[in-house]
Amino acid sequence: MQRIGVFVCWCGSNIAATVDVERVAEAVKSEPGVVFSTQYQYMCSENGQQLIRQAIKEHNLTGVVVCSCSPRMHEATFRKTAESAGINPYMVEIANIREQVSWIHKDIEEGTEKAIILARTAIAKVNLNAPLTAGETKVTKRALVIGGGIAGIQSALDIAEAGYEVDIVETKPTIGGRMAQLDKTFPTLDCAACILTPKMVDVAQNEKITLYTYSEIEDVKGFVGNFSVKIRKKARYINEDACTGCGVCMNACPSKKGLNEFNQGLNNRPAIYIPFAQAIPNIAVIDPQQCLKIKNGKCGLCAMKCPSNAIDYTQTDEIVEREYGAIVVATGYKTIDLDKFGEYAYNESKDVVTSLELERLMNAAGPTKGTLLRPSDGEHPHDITFIQCVGSRDTSGCGKPYCSKICCMYTAKHAMLIREKYPDVKVHIFYIDVRTPGKNYDEFYRRAAEQYGVDYIKGMVGKVYPQPNGKLLVQGSDLINNEQVLIESDMVVLATAIEPEPSVRRIATLLTTSIDTNNFLTEAHAKLRPVESPTAGIFLSGVCQGPKDIPETVSQASACAAKVIGLLAKNTLKGNACVAGPDESMCNGCSVCANVCPYGAITYVDKEFRLGGGKTETRRVSQVNQAICQGCGACTVACPSGAMDLKGFANKQIMAEVEAICKR
Amino acid sequence: MEDKYLLSDVKRYSGTDTSACMRCGKCSGRCPAYNDMDIKPHQFVTLIERGDIEKLMQSKSIWTCLSCMACVERCPRNVAPAQVIEAVRDAVVRQQYANKIKAEDIPAKIDETIPQQLLVSAFRKYNK
Amino acid sequence: MRFSYYPGCTLKTKAKELNNYALKCVEALGLDVKEIEEWQCCGAVYPQARDEIATKLSAVRTLNYAKGEDGKLLTLCSACHNVLKRVNEDMISDANVRLKANNYLQLEEEYAGETEVIHYLEMLRDYVGWDNLKAKVVNPLKGVKIGAYYGCLLLRPSKVMAFDNPENPTIIEDFIKAIGATPVVYPYRNECCGAYVSLDEPAISKKKSNAILDSASANGADMVITACPLCMYNLKHMGDSVVDVKYFTEILAEALGVKED
Repeated sequence: MQRIGVFVCWCGSNIAATVDVERVAEAVKSEPGVVFSTQYQYMCSENGQQLIRQAIKEHNLTGVVVCSCSPRMHEATFRKTAESAGINPYMVEIANIREQVSWIHKDIEEGTEKAIILARTAIAKVNLNAPLTAGETKVTKRALVIGGGIAGIQSALDIAEAGYEVDIVETKPTIGGRMAQLDKTFPTLDCAACILTPKMVDVAQNEKITLYTYSEIEDVKGFVGNFSVKIRKKARYINEDACTGCGVCMNACPSKKGLNEFNQGLNNRPAIYIPFAQAIPNIAVIDPQQCLKIKNGKCGLCAMKCPSNAIDYTQTDEIVEREYGAIVVATGYKTIDLDKFGEYAYNESKDVVTSLELERLMNAAGPTKGTLLRPSDGEHPHDITFIQCVGSRDTSGCGKPYCSKICCMYTAKHAMLIREKYPDVKVHIFYIDVRTPGKNYDEFYRRAAEQYGVDYIKGMVGKVYPQPNGKLLVQGSDLINNEQVLIESDMVVLATAIEPEPSVRRIATLLTTSIDTNNFLTEAHAKLRPVESPTAGIFLSGVCQGPKDIPETVSQASACAAKVIGLLAKNTLKGNACVAGPDESMCNGCSVCANVCPYGAITYVDKEFRLGGGKTETRRVSQVNQAICQGCGACTVACPSGAMDLKGFANKQIMAEVEAICKR
Repeated sequence: MEDKYLLSDVKRYSGTDTSACMRCGKCSGRCPAYNDMDIKPHQFVTLIERGDIEKLMQSKSIWTCLSCMACVERCPRNVAPAQVIEAVRDAVVRQQYANKIKAEDIPAKIDETIPQQLLVSAFRKYNK
Repeated sequence: MRFSYYPGCTLKTKAKELNNYALKCVEALGLDVKEIEEWQCCGAVYPQARDEIATKLSAVRTLNYAKGEDGKLLTLCSACHNVLKRVNEDMISDANVRLKANNYLQLEEEYAGETEVIHYLEMLRDYVGWDNLKAKVVNPLKGVKIGAYYGCLLLRPSKVMAFDNPENPTIIEDFIKAIGATPVVYPYRNECCGAYVSLDEPAISKKKSNAILDSASANGADMVITACPLCMYNLKHMGDSVVDVKYFTEILAEALGVKED
């Protein structure tokens, strides 16, 4: 028989205003096993905890029930308290009489009655609790960063700085991500390449960092501290050690009609290419869909011209298997597809461009060498209209319900850069709201309006009509003047909504971590754990978690690195004590549990059993790897023979709780 | 009191949730009848929200809206300004003696080529 | 499979040619099309107010009739198509309209939107196919530059009409290509012609119609084609006829070689 102490917390007036805490403490005194019961104003305070410790010692308690807030809040606190007084932490149960009682009930009678029932339920469970001990696992002191944009780069550099090994896996042939495509950055207007490329070089030179570019995550197994990851290194058709990045091959290649991804498809690149001058690694790659030699064997010019003999048309994908203690997801974003926004004539007119395309059109390394020219005819534009919120804040099903957050600022930036460089160009911006929270942000936007004479029009564009004379007639509303305006523009720039890179869905599945309805990865707690995923050992960096600009991305990337370093600094990790296990005498080896286990913790073994009379039989039975099991309980529900059970949440414990609730 | 009922009726049979409007003005940016309207499509949404039904019932716009659905099609918030306009127009013509066109005026307005469809649709829109 | 055909009032009077050419063409294409018996006017405009029930009943009768046949209701006039398709959607998704309409009509079996409303152009696209249509063309309209005029009723609201992309439709352009002519894409092809407002305020329709015709003409169209008698009236009689306006069935009949018999 247990000796149980019950501790009812007031939580100030949070609980005590709606629950008669004294009555609860009194009512449970006669419950089986209860030898002590009391109430106190703040049980989580040092005095409250002291009260528990003292009671454990004075009354020789073997189990503790704390009637207080949600176990998510203070279960760990009270378990530690009990442990320090000499009893096993798993002998503590919480009855949640705050979130589940006082916060949702108004009537004190009802509230008190429900609190007593929940207290009884916890007591019934503690009566069947047994001491549990968590196992320990070793931590692999290496981190994986998925994505080599500014988020991944910053996280990797910070983790490496702390002395741990980091691998970056990037699907593109180079790291750099979206930031490498940008021209200038707000709010200080320094050039993106000037501040990013030194960091890219740091990555390349850091001996703690290994780069896997043009590579994809193939499979992930394991758990926090012990991930095992298969990386597919796609065939580059280049011997990476031999290639010097001289670029001779690019000139030799006769197949020059590939869309230049780095320039958002605004111009072409050869089948063999280096994405851009500062690419890291500075190594060529062959697009196998475009290469004549690979497609039909007829060419081979690049191999003939290559001075370092680096080209290998026979190369195949390679699978690398690596172990990691922590994984950082930094998969970034793309702009949304504009097919559902036909009113802006994006598909009809080359002169309607996305803001990301405009970045390339203004960049010195872009298709026009930094001179802003109208894409349809290469003429100097005289009038440019920007449309904000294209596909953002859209609940119609065409776009995204969220604010993309970066567009107001980059549109102000574009407007200012254009007005600065080409004072003859008129610039109009249609906006719904200008949202510029952030240090020096509103000042930046106001500068566009006040000093650069940018025409900010509060309203939205209804339609863009391409005209036979090559101009674009922009029809929109001017809500301040209550007019419908018509503007004849040379170019229209769409501040297109951003969305998570689509591959993140696959990555999230591989990592068994969750994504929201917009495909953004979910953080463990929106306010207090913003860089951790709900899955232990998986961390979030950059736009994969939600829209953010560069300063915010870099902050989050460093925060993420701090969390990773905190994890990798540990030699061992305490596992989960509430693990599943089969009653082998009942297990019929059906595999159902193994199929439902989301962590791959269950395997099968053939085991010999004594039947009596010297006879034995060999049966196939389930076996749970206790280091991997996360205690989710899926197997215990799925098991058809009732053999599988979960420590700390055994079937008979749950049934005892149900009975306690139903009992009057 | 009567106005309050009228307002809630109009809101109900417009079949659209005007509170979802984020005041972007795209409806008015798209409207082909904009310049023939005294109260603009976006104002139908905002004035209904404010409860100013009288002003809307007196507007010229309820007769010049073409029901072309461009505003409905393009609203990023799933609000249907044209349905608000039609609900207000219905509130007007459903009153006694409030029909916009009278049958006796028709002969003067028609010619040989006028399709039946035009007469039927105009009567459906303007009369009860 | 039989299509139950709903011509509507105007196609029997002022827009006879839209109807007659259409019927000649279905014959040439070997389709089984049968006109609905004792059909009534659809109401010409879809009553948008959620409490409108009586004004939707004649459309429900038509829809229910087609349900009793092969469940395929073929329409031609854009306005009829719009009314029938939207009332049908109400019968599917608006429980109040469905209940009251059924209570009123006292049908043997409840009608809940089972009929599929198919526009003539959708029939050409989905049941004949552009390649088959092309194969049946005897007089390809080579070199004729035609602007498709969609107007509003076929496209919007797109969530219900599901006819084509509401801003960048291609169905009529595909039709034009199939009969051997050259489609001209112009930005006003899905703008409103002025619709019923032309009765009381012809000046508005005149402005709208001219904007459409000017845009088509400026982009090089020799003619525009429509499926709607009201659009035809506005474009032809309100507009300043800078380009010719024809029903799409007329040029289809021409291409299929059945115009003059």
